Amino acid sequence: MKKILCLVLALSLALCAALALAESEFPEVELMTYKQYAEAEVDDPVYVETYVQATQSWWDNKITVYGQSEDGAIFIYNMTCTEEDAAKLVPGTKIAVKGYKAEWAGEVEIAEGATFEIVEGDPFIAKAADVTDLLGKDELVSHQNELVSFKGLTVEAYDETGAAFAYKNAENKTDDLYFKVSKDGQVYDFCVEFYLCGNDTDVYKAVEALKVGDVIDVEGFLYWYNGANPHITSVTKAE
Amino acid sequence: MKKIIAGLLLILCLAVLSGCHGRLVSQEGADTGNAKIPEKFDESQKIELVFWAKNDTNKVQTAVYTQAIKDFEAMYPNVTINLRLYADYSRIFADVITNIATQTTPNVCITYPDHIATYMTGQNVVLPMDEWMEDSRYGLGGSELRFDAPRQEEIVPEFLNECVLSGHTYAMPYMRSTEALYVNEDMVRRLGYELPDTVTWDFVWEVSEKAMEKNEDGTFKINGQKVMIPFIYKSTDNMMITMLKQLDAPYSTDNGEVLLFNDTTKGLLEDIYTHAKSRAFSTFAISSYPGNFLNAGQCIFAVDSTAGATWMGSEAPMMDIEAEQVVPFSIRVLPIPQFKPETPKMISQGPSICIFNKEDPQVVLASWLFTQYLLSNKVQLGYAETEGYLPVTLKAQKSPEYIEYLSRKGEDDDHYAVKIEASELLQRHTSDTFVTPVFNGSASLRSAAGQLIESTAKSARRKEKMSDAYIEKLYASMNSLFQLDQIEVKPAKKVTFGELPAEAKTLLIVIPCVWLVIGVSSLWAGMQKNRKKQK
Repeated sequence: MKKILCLVLALSLALCAALALAESEFPEVELMTYKQYAEAEVDDPVYVETYVQATQSWWDNKITVYGQSEDGAIFIYNMTCTEEDAAKLVPGTKIAVKGYKAEWAGEVEIAEGATFEIVEGDPFIAKAADVTDLLGKDELVSHQNELVSFKGLTVEAYDETGAAFAYKNAENKTDDLYFKVSKDGQVYDFCVEFYLCGNDTDVYKAVEALKVGDVIDVEGFLYWYNGANPHITSVTKAE
Repeated sequence: MKKIIAGLLLILCLAVLSGCHGRLVSQEGADTGNAKIPEKFDESQKIELVFWAKNDTNKVQTAVYTQAIKDFEAMYPNVTINLRLYADYSRIFADVITNIATQTTPNVCITYPDHIATYMTGQNVVLPMDEWMEDSRYGLGGSELRFDAPRQEEIVPEFLNECVLSGHTYAMPYMRSTEALYVNEDMVRRLGYELPDTVTWDFVWEVSEKAMEKNEDGTFKINGQKVMIPFIYKSTDNMMITMLKQLDAPYSTDNGEVLLFNDTTKGLLEDIYTHAKSRAFSTFAISSYPGNFLNAGQCIFAVDSTAGATWMGSEAPMMDIEAEQVVPFSIRVLPIPQFKPETPKMISQGPSICIFNKEDPQVVLASWLFTQYLLSNKVQLGYAETEGYLPVTLKAQKSPEYIEYLSRKGEDDDHYAVKIEASELLQRHTSDTFVTPVFNGSASLRSAAGQLIESTAKSARRKEKMSDAYIEKLYASMNSLFQLDQIEVKPAKKVTFGELPAEAKTLLIVIPCVWLVIGVSSLWAGMQKNRKKQK
């Protein structure tokens, strides 16, 4: 009789556990190659490995990750992550991410709420690909989210005031920095994303020191917002 | 050993069951505060105020704040005001909560009543303004003020009432906006429809579905482009709340009882699912800013705040897309879609100003004076004209300057027609606006309302099936995610648990059965013992 009792209790526990798990169900998806991820449709479930290249600051159990492997780059927006785990997401860390593919203002990404696990493996740090020649061309989008570099850009006046850059929040300097650069007569919008590179970073200070007419080399992640809108991580005077 | 295992399993079951309930929080009502108005403002005392505000990434709005501070400091030279600007209200909210714990709140803060309700859970944190408003010297329009402040009756009553929490006025309205439906009228006509002055939800859904027809090459017939999202709603929180209000359906009670998860909500979600599945409907969170799609000829109906009107239309002074992406069109600014157009209902939104209590009454008085100054015509008109806001005082609305401003509609970017029409929309419909009950937890309930739509739309796009079970699960997960079952219900300390999760229900059935089995088993064992004895 006691055996039956134990069995009933054990089964009820198992049932409860199954029901609890069902609440956070994610479709069965095989681990994808980067190519399979890239070919997946928007809103499809995806499960893919990548290497952390940088993260935006953790907040409210979420973290935004710039991921890249040798095959291509992935932007993971507001991935579910504890503060403790966020500390482990140092550049080079290999992670496997489960989520849904999404597109927001042209930026192809893994949507908010993705989950991840850290995978054993040698670290990978991407080298910036020089895409200067692709500026203004449709082919640039094939490098979306990658760490890229642009060389020999000329700083343009950001607005009618003639300033070389603009703060999103000029009073407190606690938000993004925007600046414009030109190459071969075309003007492009670049951004220092505050949650990626805050006001204490070299790049933030370098942009604050820019003058109209400066010729610079820049590096950053090729984010997209209704067109290329790189999140810049480095600015140096062109050689 | 078996007894121990059975015992452990039983304890574990009970532990799981208890975990299903969540935490009950019972707190006393907010303290009404005790700062008293000083006899006289001491101008020999140096006072430093901290003012936290939000600017809509609009430099002119920042300039209005800095000018207001400069003007105020000139009138009251013993007061210095430090401005801290934020890009969004949720960050202000988070920072205030953090600073309440360390008693380092700002003196004056731009915020929402929903947030104030949470601040008020701390004792004497927020200043109740009732007595301060009525003071003949320093109150609204008082004799000792050095500027022309509005009297109480000159503040739009609907807007002032929104700042009353638990029977006390805990804020002053600062700016008000509502939502508007920005329409590409050319496309509506091309699809064979005439745009009424107030559109119904059915009209919007019907036109939107028709706009989904495609050419053989995969482009949309209506715009010849590969992208078309006919209907985009920016704030899904507002969308759900407003739909329920228009249908007189329950959302919450004034004292914090959550009524959102009802059959009307279910019906609305089923409709939304259908249109999200066909891709005729999307949201800001899924697709991005409605205005960008509208201006690119990729959207017909865009619902966004009237405070975002300068971004709406192919002639908009603020533009987030490249000039070559803009498709010229004639734009109409209408009330949001309605279920009963004869009695339109639209949400009232916009920031209010609250004052945080401090030990020194002179500091609180300085905060109160500055708050009143933000209601003066100069600040009200300066700020309202930066966007499709409406000044919160009748004094400003009826001023010759504002009447002239409205009359110059369409003259230039400063008088952008869509912006002024958006302000006029709210002015015309002030009595049709509503707000939702405010209580500690009402901000979470708002988020849950919007998340119901976001989740449904995402599920539709991800080909998940809509069913009663889907809705039931969605309700349970929202209840849990936003901790709605932990909201304190005042004043009768009634607490709503929401529906029990499935595992709890299972255990509630299983455990009595197990006890029954134990009882029967004991009885059976006893009988067997007796029989043996008898033998």
